[in-house]
Amino acid sequence: MTAPVAITLRVNATSHTVTVAPDMPLLWVLREVLQLPGTRFGCGAALCGSCTVLLNGMATRSCVLPVSQVNEQDIITIEGVLASPAASVARAVQQAWSEGNVAQCGYCQSGQVLTAVALLRGTSVPNDNDIDRAFDGMLCRCGTAPRVRAAVHRAARLLSERVPGTDTAIPSANPSTSPPTTP
Amino acid sequence: MRRRTFLLTGLGATGALILGWSLTPPRQRLRAGALPSLEPGHVVLNGWLAIAPDDTVSIITPKSEMGQGIHTALAMIVAEELDCDWARVRTVPAPIDRVYNNVAAIVDGLPLHPDDMEAAPARALRWLAAKAAREVGMMMTSASSSVRDVWDVARDAGATARAQLLAAAALRWNLPVSDLRTERGLVIAGDRRLRYGELLGEAAAQRPAQVSRKDPSRFTLIGHDQRRLDARDAATGQLRFGMDELPDGTRYAAVAMPPVLGGRPRVYDGAAARARPGVRAVVALTGSEYGDTPGVAVIADSWWQAEQALSALNVQWTDSPHVALSSDGIRSTLRSVARSDAGLPHRFRGDANAALQAAHAVHEASYEVPYLAHATMEPPNATVLVTDAQVSVWTGTQLPDVARRAVAQVLQRAEREVVLHQRRLGGGFGRRLEADIVAQAARVAAALPGTPVCTIWSRRDDLQHDIYRPACAAVLRAGLDASGRPTAITAQTASQSPFKAFSRRIGFSWTAGTPDRTAAEGLWDQPYEWPALRVGHRELDFAVPVGLWRSVGHSHHAFFLESFIDELAERAGSDPLQYRLDLLRAHPRATRVLTTAAREAGWSDAPMRAPDGRPAAMGLALHQAFDTVVAQVATVSLSAERRVRVHRVVMAVDCGLAVHPDGVRQQMEGAVIFGLSAALHGEVRIVQGRVMTGNFHEYPLLSMRDTPSIDVHILPSAEPPAGVGEPGLPPVAPAVANAIARLTGERLRSLPLRPTRASRFVAEGTDSTERAERVEQQTP
Repeated sequence: MTAPVAITLRVNATSHTVTVAPDMPLLWVLREVLQLPGTRFGCGAALCGSCTVLLNGMATRSCVLPVSQVNEQDIITIEGVLASPAASVARAVQQAWSEGNVAQCGYCQSGQVLTAVALLRGTSVPNDNDIDRAFDGMLCRCGTAPRVRAAVHRAARLLSERVPGTDTAIPSANPSTSPPTTP
Repeated sequence: MRRRTFLLTGLGATGALILGWSLTPPRQRLRAGALPSLEPGHVVLNGWLAIAPDDTVSIITPKSEMGQGIHTALAMIVAEELDCDWARVRTVPAPIDRVYNNVAAIVDGLPLHPDDMEAAPARALRWLAAKAAREVGMMMTSASSSVRDVWDVARDAGATARAQLLAAAALRWNLPVSDLRTERGLVIAGDRRLRYGELLGEAAAQRPAQVSRKDPSRFTLIGHDQRRLDARDAATGQLRFGMDELPDGTRYAAVAMPPVLGGRPRVYDGAAARARPGVRAVVALTGSEYGDTPGVAVIADSWWQAEQALSALNVQWTDSPHVALSSDGIRSTLRSVARSDAGLPHRFRGDANAALQAAHAVHEASYEVPYLAHATMEPPNATVLVTDAQVSVWTGTQLPDVARRAVAQVLQRAEREVVLHQRRLGGGFGRRLEADIVAQAARVAAALPGTPVCTIWSRRDDLQHDIYRPACAAVLRAGLDASGRPTAITAQTASQSPFKAFSRRIGFSWTAGTPDRTAAEGLWDQPYEWPALRVGHRELDFAVPVGLWRSVGHSHHAFFLESFIDELAERAGSDPLQYRLDLLRAHPRATRVLTTAAREAGWSDAPMRAPDGRPAAMGLALHQAFDTVVAQVATVSLSAERRVRVHRVVMAVDCGLAVHPDGVRQQMEGAVIFGLSAALHGEVRIVQGRVMTGNFHEYPLLSMRDTPSIDVHILPSAEPPAGVGEPGLPPVAPAVANAIARLTGERLRSLPLRPTRASRFVAEGTDSTERAERVEQQTP
């Protein structure tokens, strides 16, 4: 048990100084101290990925990450991703996610979406192997994996179709009215 | 009931106009209850919908949303008949009210064989059960019953409200209703138009004499894919589950529960835990009949602090009477009982025993399955605030009535003093039918009156204190004539009884010796036309808590039966597809489903190639459950290390009318993956009374990498909607086992599937004589 210390966190582009035990996992600081409940508790052992956040742009599991280790680093949660440097990728991912009816219960989906965002920022056109690797150890009890895969491919297409210099997708196969695609 | 209805008539607490409704039986499920979640200005036209002056339509949803898409499907049904603008539709949770009792789950849970459903005694029994369910049943989201349950009433709710709006416009314009029509939230006569939102006050006063439902040929929402109403919120992280967005000042509790089943805390160091940072209280727990165990809870400012402080308790546990209990021992008992004991009869046709004795040959096989955990992604949690006036509960439950009753009972309060705030469920699968977590959370919160306390289980707590799918053993025997055709089949199984165990926890008692349909479902109600049949089940009791797990008895009985049929086909030298079709001559639905799956998969019992070039084989299985028929064809190969790789599952489904086809596909895909996690990995082991499964590394779920492509073919149907959440699960384990048997020659009769032999066929690129010629054409 370590005594509480003041730690400065940069979460969703805002600085917060929190006074917590340095070994408290980032997950609980986000959920309970900063009131950002979109990051979920699933296993507490980095085995399921429900708690994934972007740490300096990398998909990172917050449930085993001591808050003292992320002092002054850049943390983006699902609540802040649309106002972050990853916004345009996130918009495409979230569009593909909703149009594809990906989610069922939705509990793990914040982590799945942020994992997709991190993947697409590093690899603009991922193949199935890239997706397998990026989503290794991302668990979904409802069984959304086939639709997650399809939505990542779809988001990559949406991003490649964007008009350069704008943040709007060129409507391809009338995305807003067409029935959801199934994998 | 009447008195309660009239009290609800008039202005409700929110200022919304709430109508009483006719209490004659066909309409009684339309009655409106108190709807605390609506903003003022909404006019409640009946218990299923309210409309605001800005045309927003709020669909009132008594079913728990746990991923199955029921809120979208229910809204589609109401909106279809209401003819409103789908873009203005949202859902709000219903209060606990008898009007929302689940009738279908009770009626369809009767021990009636699907083939006998139209017979007069069955119809009478179903009518009586429906009446009883309306009066004394419960609000319940289970048994793949939700769409079946709301189908008629939700259509009537939408159609009745539409008739009221039409009548109101007819009065306003002084025109006959027959001159009016509706379209996307407008009443239209010639070039005159009124928005629904402009007619609310008058509409609420109308009592239309005649209400007619839409002809299905005019459906524009039902049967058409929609974006789920919750799709956007899921993708943007805005869904709120049990432990999200709690009242200010909420404290958090973690719980030490006995490591050995049946243990109790003997001594612990409460002072040491209280000295830990942030700790507010230490609470001794005695457990309750709802399934929560004795233990010790720590309440702290943060859940992490509470969880860290558990170790300081240093709890010493009493010696448990179950310290010698092991799943291996249980399974060996189940095996020997299944072999020797015909069990309590669940169904007879002809004299199966005599037919076996007279048979040319008897084929016999023993199967077994392990205990399984639900492992919902959202761990069990509930938040309770105890005050003198009232007890507030925030949780996601499949059974709100019982959750409320459990809290009232453990706190010795009146049920009316308990207010349950239903939250979205991060997965259910039967786990959230249980009230163990709310009963426990209520006891914990009672230690800090006036402070909301959120009790959260760790994943270890969840896996070690689940209420498990029971382990089960089966012996199947078939009498065969000289040509290998079956003359009779018997199935005897032994297990704990999941539904009895569940219903005892929620306060129903069972007479000893009464059959529990879930203990043999999928066997006694199977569609195959064996000349003679006997299905029996022997119930045994062990100290392992068991309950309802997605598809309940079907989850394993399909594995037994569909594996066995493949064995019989192989022994007869028949194609397993044709062998099944020969036993389904009077079952056109099952025949259509099976032939569709086979055709779409390009069914072949010859060896083939997986996309990676390894030898592969197909396996098929059929199963009927919750009035839905599903057939699946799985394409399977083995890695060099004999790891099972399922490449593709092609399935056909007859679920009656598919209200939301993409929702049906989601459920089928999810059920296949849930079933594959069980078939390939799922096993909860118990050693010396301890559940050995601690986290996902010991209870693996199917990974993205190992998830097959899944093609779902929904058969067109004009029949009423049938169950969808569960029936996709049972066939997948036998389909894979049948493929492995074809591939390796090894018949695996136990789950999870662990092949010991390699493929009989040779991988591509070797020079041996190849039996595998067909290269599978597919994209993964």
